[in-house]
Amino acid sequence: MATRTTRRLERGEHDSFLRHAGFRWLKVALVLCLAAILGYALIDVQPRPNGGSWYGYTLGTIGAGLIVWLSLLGIRKRAITPGNWSLKGWTSAHVYLGLALIVVATLHTGFQLGWNVHTLAYVLMMLVIASGIWGITAYTQLPAALSNNREEQTQGQMMEGLRAVDRQLHDAAQPLDRRLADLVLAALEEDPFDQGAWSRLTGRYPRCANERSLQAIARADGGNEANDRVEKLLIRRKALLERMRRHLRLKALLEVWLFVHVPATIALLAALFAHIISVFYYW
Amino acid sequence: MADRVHIAIVGSGPAGLSAAGRAAALKIPHVLIEKTDHLSDTIYKYQKGKHVMATPSSLVLRSDLDFDAGKREAILGTWDEQAAAAGVNVLYKAEVAKIEGEKGNFTLTLRSGDKLEAEAVILAIGTQGNPNLMRCPGADLPHVQYQLDDPGEYVDEHITVIGTGDAGIENALGLAADPAQRNVVTILNRGADFARSKPANVKLLQEAAAAGRITIRTETTPAEVRPGELLLDTRDGQETIPCDRIIARMGSAAPRAFVEACGIEFTSADREAFPVLSPVFETTKPGIHVIGALAGYPLIKHCMNQGYDVVEFLNGNTNLKPADEPILAEKFAPLPGKRSVDEWLAMFGSQIEIFRDLSSLQMRELMLDSSVRSFRKDEVVFQRGEPGSSLFCIAQGSVAVEVNPVDASITVPIEQGSIFGEVGLISGRPRGSTVRAAQDAVLVELSRTAALKLIATVPAAGRAVSRISIERQLLQIFGSGLTREDVADLVAGAEIQNKRAGEVVLAEGDEGQDVYIIRRGSMVVEKQIGGRPVFLSYVPAGSYVGEMALIDKAPRSATVKAAIRSEVIRLPGEAFAALLARKPELLAKAKGEMDRRREINSFIEGRKDSFSGAVDLYSQTAQFLIDNGLGEATDVLLIDEALCVGCDNCEKACADSHDGLSRLNREAGKTYAHLHVPTSCRHCEHPHCMADCPPNAIRRGPDGEVFIDDTCIGCGNCQRNCPYGVIRMDSVPPPRPSLLQWLMFGKGPGPGEPSKKWRKKAADGVESPKKAIKCDMCKGIDGGPSCVRACPTGAAIRVSPEKFLSVASLAQSVEDA
Repeated sequence: MATRTTRRLERGEHDSFLRHAGFRWLKVALVLCLAAILGYALIDVQPRPNGGSWYGYTLGTIGAGLIVWLSLLGIRKRAITPGNWSLKGWTSAHVYLGLALIVVATLHTGFQLGWNVHTLAYVLMMLVIASGIWGITAYTQLPAALSNNREEQTQGQMMEGLRAVDRQLHDAAQPLDRRLADLVLAALEEDPFDQGAWSRLTGRYPRCANERSLQAIARADGGNEANDRVEKLLIRRKALLERMRRHLRLKALLEVWLFVHVPATIALLAALFAHIISVFYYW
Repeated sequence: MADRVHIAIVGSGPAGLSAAGRAAALKIPHVLIEKTDHLSDTIYKYQKGKHVMATPSSLVLRSDLDFDAGKREAILGTWDEQAAAAGVNVLYKAEVAKIEGEKGNFTLTLRSGDKLEAEAVILAIGTQGNPNLMRCPGADLPHVQYQLDDPGEYVDEHITVIGTGDAGIENALGLAADPAQRNVVTILNRGADFARSKPANVKLLQEAAAAGRITIRTETTPAEVRPGELLLDTRDGQETIPCDRIIARMGSAAPRAFVEACGIEFTSADREAFPVLSPVFETTKPGIHVIGALAGYPLIKHCMNQGYDVVEFLNGNTNLKPADEPILAEKFAPLPGKRSVDEWLAMFGSQIEIFRDLSSLQMRELMLDSSVRSFRKDEVVFQRGEPGSSLFCIAQGSVAVEVNPVDASITVPIEQGSIFGEVGLISGRPRGSTVRAAQDAVLVELSRTAALKLIATVPAAGRAVSRISIERQLLQIFGSGLTREDVADLVAGAEIQNKRAGEVVLAEGDEGQDVYIIRRGSMVVEKQIGGRPVFLSYVPAGSYVGEMALIDKAPRSATVKAAIRSEVIRLPGEAFAALLARKPELLAKAKGEMDRRREINSFIEGRKDSFSGAVDLYSQTAQFLIDNGLGEATDVLLIDEALCVGCDNCEKACADSHDGLSRLNREAGKTYAHLHVPTSCRHCEHPHCMADCPPNAIRRGPDGEVFIDDTCIGCGNCQRNCPYGVIRMDSVPPPRPSLLQWLMFGKGPGPGEPSKKWRKKAADGVESPKKAIKCDMCKGIDGGPSCVRACPTGAAIRVSPEKFLSVASLAQSVEDA
């Protein structure tokens, strides 16, 4: 069908990093894994498969090369040099080749693990890969939610909207009685987003001063015009706060895995270095 | 003050001030009439510390006053000093209401009622205009004012602001800002909404009203001003409010009405037209001269030179060569034949058809914005597919157009005196064919702005360009094998129509045989399927629609409407049918095109049954993109928010590729079905930003990118003219330590745009002047746009509307969503 072929052509430019260039890096990674597994099965290393055999060294070199190259993504991302490269292609390769490391490095160990620096490097590597998988999941699941939540507003505009309500609340709270006014002012003075990492990640803010003053004013006398006005504003502020908190939560979830991934990578590079040095030192 | 002077100069901007300076130096009795209490109000109103540029740098300054690029304060200071030292006679706070009389005996009536007499008048009033005045009874009472200099000046007053444009809202907010002043501020709006002001201002105003600091009265107009109170006409009848002061901000009237009332004619009824001027700046009203921005010269140096020149002319110096003489001489020097500037100008004027009606003043100005080149036989002027929006005029020789892309030997000649390149000028699309010199030739190349100004100001030139362009466009669209004679009937019956965005050109089911060529802008084709309009295709400029009904002899099969403001050429159906009957190959070509369209229709209709929701979504997505300016875009950045993780690496990459300033705002902008149009340049076919750039610094580059070059003077016109808000004014930050230094030692601000704080600290107080900054599609950077290259997930894509608004890709994105 003619339309079918044109559709294929149009696809290339608008693909996610996972489908980049028709899954090119997935294919490369699969070939690499297959070759490593086939080699492991067919080459009869004596006395037993080991990182120190010639095949072990081959896998180890490939693995070490990959680890160093994969960690360079952090620099690639920030060095916007001219040239025909795309970060999407790099990410795609990073993801699939990183996953291929599970096979390459595991075969490199020859399944000989123990309490030593060699296994430390292996465990760190698996931790980096696991956090990477977490990252891929976050990257595929969360962006749409982030986009839906912000409803065409920028973070700055959301904050601006919040400040506008704050200004109105500040004026509207003047006629309230002292106790309620103090609660409202406390809500205005509080930084509504700074209640620790756990709140940021779960979106739950149990000590929210806005909520406290809203409850207090709801309990207070209902017929009072000033109270009603403040209550309405507090409800609006609550909605704005909730949206902003969801926004911050999603952004945090999109980033939090990097707090494992990046330090673990640095630890991995150090352990890898120690592993290589010690192997050659005790040759 | 003498009641009768030799020269009365109205307006003390650079032009008027320079004229007065010359008059003072020549000891001519003169008066410089200034509406405010200071000289050069336009520059006075620039923001504090603004860097004023002195372009074009090649133009020599000829004035008794000095001027060089520098800070606003320094320039105004110099002028104040030098004007005083030269003995310029200034009449401040005087506004001319009317000018009557004849050459040698003019009477200028001021708003105050005073009268002045002068033998000659120089109008140098610029284009800013005067504030609209209140017209109700009592409008002349002293507590009515039209400007607010310092809102902190008034306390304990009932103040009414009239008008809810930006100026009015800003004044009202200023007056109510400090509750300690205890002002009671009311703002009157004639309508029910705030259509004429920035959304941000409206928001602030409504907030202030909600907080009780300002009273907004909508659908209310002043009926009578009385001391201490104001009678209002409201929707529900008349009402009186206390009022100690009225600030009327009801917009300003362009000075044209005033100028015409003086008896001066303009070149055309167009909004952009300028007064008709003689070589000595004299208008059609003898004795009244017009110089400066009002004469069409917005740059300070031009203005000052003209001020000098016009007084010299009035003083009888007829031998004065214009200040641009050396520039033109240099421009014409490489041409063969060793003629003088005047000889060349005369030759161009007599040879080139569209220059016939030009005065020598206009001719000189046109030449400043143009280039003149000689071409050897067979030398290529431009290549097919090359972007370019300039217009070429053949002063000598002739050129050949290679109409067949495959065979360069098939050419169509264009003779001496004619023009070419007009398709690029009108549609903004790349050149349609290669043009080379058929014999040794001298060509004048008009920049796009110069050509458009010419078309707008000289009606005969406009008519000639449109006739030639229609003829050429027909020949180009309908392909080779046609001659000028073949399309003569069509050209004769052709009519250019303007279409508003959304206006229907063809309605589905209508009878009608006319064919429409899209000359500029673009169209969308829709069809009613299952009771709803379904988007079928996007038609760019340079295509034609309506031939299906003609060939099938059937009603219109789909609706065609303008995606943006467009220009179409309506061709009479009968003449087109006759042409098709004569040219079977043209008919065959048209039928091939129709088959392709039918295939798309059937594809969509086939889809409709199985995926009715998807087709709706796809139609709505297409409409959303058109609404967001894709209809006039040539290349636009889109972000698929189902993939965007919000890392802002696109913005950082943009900043890192361009002196540390990002030209895009990822988060801002509209979104539909997760397709986000960020605030970033769309590289419009007809860039709004180019419309009014005094140094002509905005151009279209070789890959179709619209960019701003180094001659930008930082005036901000482009920023105001861009409907998409993608141009920012900023100064280039100081250089940063390298990435490696940041990674290893934490030196500098890191990748992306440095913070204001860092910039201030690193600049050490010497910030470079602000200039306009916009996306240049990473012009000259190998690999293309950095924003797309730097996107880690594939969310950022750059697309051209023809490609993206195709059935295939949209259906795909909808299915993925």
